[in-house]
Amino acid sequence: MRSLAPPRWLAALALFAGLLLGLPASAAPAFPALTDRVVDQANILTPAVRADLVTKLQVLESQTSRQLVVVTVSSLQGLEIEDYGYQLGRAWGIGEKKRDTGVLLIVAPNERRVRIEVGYGLEGVLTDALSNVILQEQVLPKFRAGDMAGGVVAGANALIGQLSLPTEEAAARVASAAEAPPAPSRDFPIVLVVLVVIWVAFGLIGSIGGRPGHRADAWLWPLIFLASSRRGGSFGGGGGFSGGGGSFGGGGASGRW
Amino acid sequence: MLKRLWPIGLILLALIAFALTSVNTIPTKEEKAKASWADVQSQYQRRADLIPNLVATVQGYANQEKSVLVAVTEARASATQVKVDASTLTDPAAFEKYQAAQNQLSGVLGRLMAISENYPDLKSNQNFLALQSQLEGTENRITVARRDYNEAVRDFNTTLRTMPNSLWAATFYRSSKPMQLFEAAPTAQTAPKVDFSTPPPVTPPPVTPAPPK
Repeated sequence: MRSLAPPRWLAALALFAGLLLGLPASAAPAFPALTDRVVDQANILTPAVRADLVTKLQVLESQTSRQLVVVTVSSLQGLEIEDYGYQLGRAWGIGEKKRDTGVLLIVAPNERRVRIEVGYGLEGVLTDALSNVILQEQVLPKFRAGDMAGGVVAGANALIGQLSLPTEEAAARVASAAEAPPAPSRDFPIVLVVLVVIWVAFGLIGSIGGRPGHRADAWLWPLIFLASSRRGGSFGGGGGFSGGGGSFGGGGASGRW
Repeated sequence: MLKRLWPIGLILLALIAFALTSVNTIPTKEEKAKASWADVQSQYQRRADLIPNLVATVQGYANQEKSVLVAVTEARASATQVKVDASTLTDPAAFEKYQAAQNQLSGVLGRLMAISENYPDLKSNQNFLALQSQLEGTENRITVARRDYNEAVRDFNTTLRTMPNSLWAATFYRSSKPMQLFEAAPTAQTAPKVDFSTPPPVTPPPVTPAPPK
């Protein structure tokens, strides 16, 4: 019986944490989980096509550090695809955090809407007009002919082609990003500094008072505080795919068929 | 003696820590709201920059629609004249004026895009198509920027009025006033949605009765 107790306790804690994390999401539409670079919720791609796309998208990211995610959704939940798209991009955080270099190709087969959602940082590379041309010339003709998978692949290929254009610059950027360790965050909490200063001050007072060993545990409190308020590290380090934290501002183009 | 002072010291310490963490909340949120305002403005500016080109292109094909073209040009001129900078964001009248001018422009632009549907030559012009998609994208960005601005301002305004930050608002930051929110104008806010592909949804009235199915 005793061996069962810790997992139960942990499960309750996880549930509680899940509830806490889930709270802010209640206002936004329910998005599919970001499981991979291709999220086929509407189930219009064969496994082979999906695997092929994932490989290409991986190559794109490793060469250019730009993230393209292909997503098919079974429902837009009553929203316009423009509304849905940028919120999905932000929720997933596609693209590098500081550069916002993410792109989504969103297909909603049931609503017959498609959209290229472009992150802030790529609005110059993938303009609205160009996104529209890709949709009109590569994607929509195939969709109209009933070839959903073909349209998705053609659209993804066109996007990959455009996104991998300025390779030298992107490669240099990737290289420099790999060399330089991420800069420590500048907004170091002042509270901690103050606590440390007070800690030292009280220590001095204590030693002046001639009772060096007095209340040793009080000395530890700031340390405990310091350790517990460390920022959480990034999740999804190994194996799985996750967005880099990029943001979206409504750039791109939509189409219907 | 010193032993008795410990709890008091700790309370003081907690107060200082609290003060230091919350004293920056108001300016931080204010700057965030101002930054999202700058974004709204730049998106509106982007739209204004598209218009001369758009008007010139439409003119080449649909010159008989002079009244709409003139209306668009005039609305653009008055919209670009109304300037609201970050310091007058708290002035309801100035903000209202800005919003009204931009909504007016949205309205006439919507009309322009609607009548352009009647000109097949114009609709197949590459330049027009590019401008049209840029305009759509910009209207969409405006919607997003306005929404983000409203969120940031709501957050800032709530901070000003709720404890504990209302204490700081009443002392240190008396110059920080609640900012104005965009209201959704039912007619003007919808982006001119233009359909490139499917034929217009009006089905011709059936001349012969449809065969029974």
